[in-house]
Amino acid sequence: MTAQEVRLCGLLLREHFGEVVERVGVHLLRSGALSLRALAHETSTSLDLVKKCLCVLVQHGMCKFGPGRRGPAGPVEYQINCERILYMLRYPRYIYTAKSLYGDTGELVIEEILQRGQMTMSSVVRTVADRLTQNMEDGQSMDYSEVMNAFSRLVETHFLQRCPPVDSLGATVSRTSCSGTSDSPANATPQPAQPESNPDCYKLPQIHLTGRGKRRRSSGDAETNDSGAKRAKLENTEQCGDEGIYWQVNFERFHLHFRHQAIISAVASKLDQTSSEIVRTMLRMSEVTTPATAAYTQAVSANEIFRALPPSYNIGRPILDQYLTLLVDDPMEFVGKTGDSGGGMYVVNLHRALANLARATLESVVQERFGSRSARIFRLLLRKKHLEQKQVEDFAMIPAKEAKDMLYTLLSENLVQLQEIPKTPDYAPSRTFYLYTVNQLPTARLLLQNCYKAVGNLIERRLFETKENKRHLEKSQRIEAILASLQASGAETAQLAEVEEMITAPERQQLEALRHHINKLDSSENQVDETIFLLESYVNSAASSR
Amino acid sequence: MSGRGRGRSLFTFNVDCLGFGRGEALPSSAQAPSPLYPPMQFRPVPLQTGEEVEYMLALKQELRASSKNLPFHIQPSAPKKDVGRYSDKYQTGEAKHGEWTPDWSRLPKELCIKVQKSRKAKTKPVVKSKKKPAAPKELLQKLENLEKKEEENQSEEEEDEKKKKTGEEEEEPDDAEGYDEEEFEEETDYIMSYFDNGEEFGGDSDDNMDEATY
Repeated sequence: MTAQEVRLCGLLLREHFGEVVERVGVHLLRSGALSLRALAHETSTSLDLVKKCLCVLVQHGMCKFGPGRRGPAGPVEYQINCERILYMLRYPRYIYTAKSLYGDTGELVIEEILQRGQMTMSSVVRTVADRLTQNMEDGQSMDYSEVMNAFSRLVETHFLQRCPPVDSLGATVSRTSCSGTSDSPANATPQPAQPESNPDCYKLPQIHLTGRGKRRRSSGDAETNDSGAKRAKLENTEQCGDEGIYWQVNFERFHLHFRHQAIISAVASKLDQTSSEIVRTMLRMSEVTTPATAAYTQAVSANEIFRALPPSYNIGRPILDQYLTLLVDDPMEFVGKTGDSGGGMYVVNLHRALANLARATLESVVQERFGSRSARIFRLLLRKKHLEQKQVEDFAMIPAKEAKDMLYTLLSENLVQLQEIPKTPDYAPSRTFYLYTVNQLPTARLLLQNCYKAVGNLIERRLFETKENKRHLEKSQRIEAILASLQASGAETAQLAEVEEMITAPERQQLEALRHHINKLDSSENQVDETIFLLESYVNSAASSR
Repeated sequence: MSGRGRGRSLFTFNVDCLGFGRGEALPSSAQAPSPLYPPMQFRPVPLQTGEEVEYMLALKQELRASSKNLPFHIQPSAPKKDVGRYSDKYQTGEAKHGEWTPDWSRLPKELCIKVQKSRKAKTKPVVKSKKKPAAPKELLQKLENLEKKEEENQSEEEEDEKKKKTGEEEEEPDDAEGYDEEEFEEETDYIMSYFDNGEEFGGDSDDNMDEATY
């Protein structure tokens, strides 16, 4: 991982789990697998705190443990997962997706599990039902069975999966020691068990849980609250038959969904709505049969596509054929034709689509940062691969002097690379070809790192803004609390207005400005993450197809 | 070399092939770091807006706020105060969404923190001070022998070194787990107190021991 990734991971860890976890996490990121004592010593943190941090990290699936380099008898070593930490940036998007697919219940299920890392089904159902009841009108409540329904649908569509079983350390040790002879030494580092390898991965346990969500009492009476808490505790310890079966969010599945959405929306904006619906149907048909890392979907015939199209689209058979031809001819190459049987066999070129989307992203970055004429040079180089400076000037139809300036700027930003080809072995400039070229993959990697840096900067800036205005924020929070308590006790409006005036007009203005800034920064984080997702998928797909 | 005569002494090659015409001024070399916030040639495009963006923004801020109240947000240990105040125990531990008990079957055993430990650690120094004067010189000698034996065991030695590194204040509570029970019950037992005392003593006069051993 790079310095930028480590920095961003540190910031994210601090934001969600506090500074101690940040220190431990960043140290683990920098030094790879470490044992508990080494970690405590090197971070000069007390052993108990380090233990707590590791518990938190393991709970959230960000840290793996296993027998260390010194073999099964040696101390347990911990290894942190950089990618998983970066997913924290995408939490809002996962939750939003769950909401759009499965409504409020799905949203809360995903939100709870994301926040707690892993949970049993019964505790998820209870918490979510309680939370939904809290938001309902008086007298209404959420039935557990409804939440269980949403949960099981999320499992059926693989958005949730069981956490891979963790053997007690002894079991892990014995297993690795039997397979140790065949494994290369590189495999001595903790091997995460793949959740998919578990046959029960998507199997729902039988749980006995009936009832409705409970409303938390808001009365200030300490005694009733106390007894309520006691009762809640009793209920929580109640056996539901799924103890020890923990569920986690299947990020891979979410990423597949995001990738498909990206392809569909790209088709919609490149061609039209109808063709995007056709591609959506093709993707849905192959969802089950295509492995996650495949370069293209399983081929489906035009007949099958026609049958699978929802009747509400009103696409006739001849029109479908025309659309498919159009999609195949499109230079973005989202859809490919692999054969003629069954009215033509069609696939969705997943990796090609990602590469094209990434290329479009690169082009638009160049365009927004350096202007449309630089983007023209960039596109020219992408298409023609290698060009001499003179050729660039001619093909781009830009005056030589300006073209030179733009080309050199792009070169200094590393968006364009220079290839020297000497005619004689002495590399004399007069006898050397200087060819300019754009390498898409390294450039995408560069841009990805820039994105990580940008998010890091955004977070730093937000922390700075919050720190600068700490006093104001605290004051407004205090006053809001006073107002709320006054309102609850039924105070007069004059009294309320008086309290409200404790924040002066300029202070109010400052707070408003701060809120505006923070909203903007947060929103930018979310949107940079979309670019990050696209570039990451492209880089991963290029790595897997090689 | 021939270029020098013609007044173009700067380079040993023809500058024309870099794209600079005759008589054109070459760019000056940069000697300062580039500015922290370089002026932007083009203004960035505005952010996307819409219901989806607004909702994600609200989700993000809500997540951030609630993560502070979850038990996963670990507070750094507070600096020790001069006096233990009566009010202390009423001021700590507010605003947490309930405690979190991890499922220890899914975690390595060594991560488990014993709760009673803090109480024992407190009472321990008293016991220690009582016994220390009773430790005679020959005990030290025996201890050294013991340690030499231990060193023959490879893994033990590693563990030992690590302990020395991590320092005594972390070592002590850990040992407390193992021995405290017996220590409290059978304080008169010679072997027990002898062994335990050795741990303590070794920790206390670490430097001395090192000199003697190596």
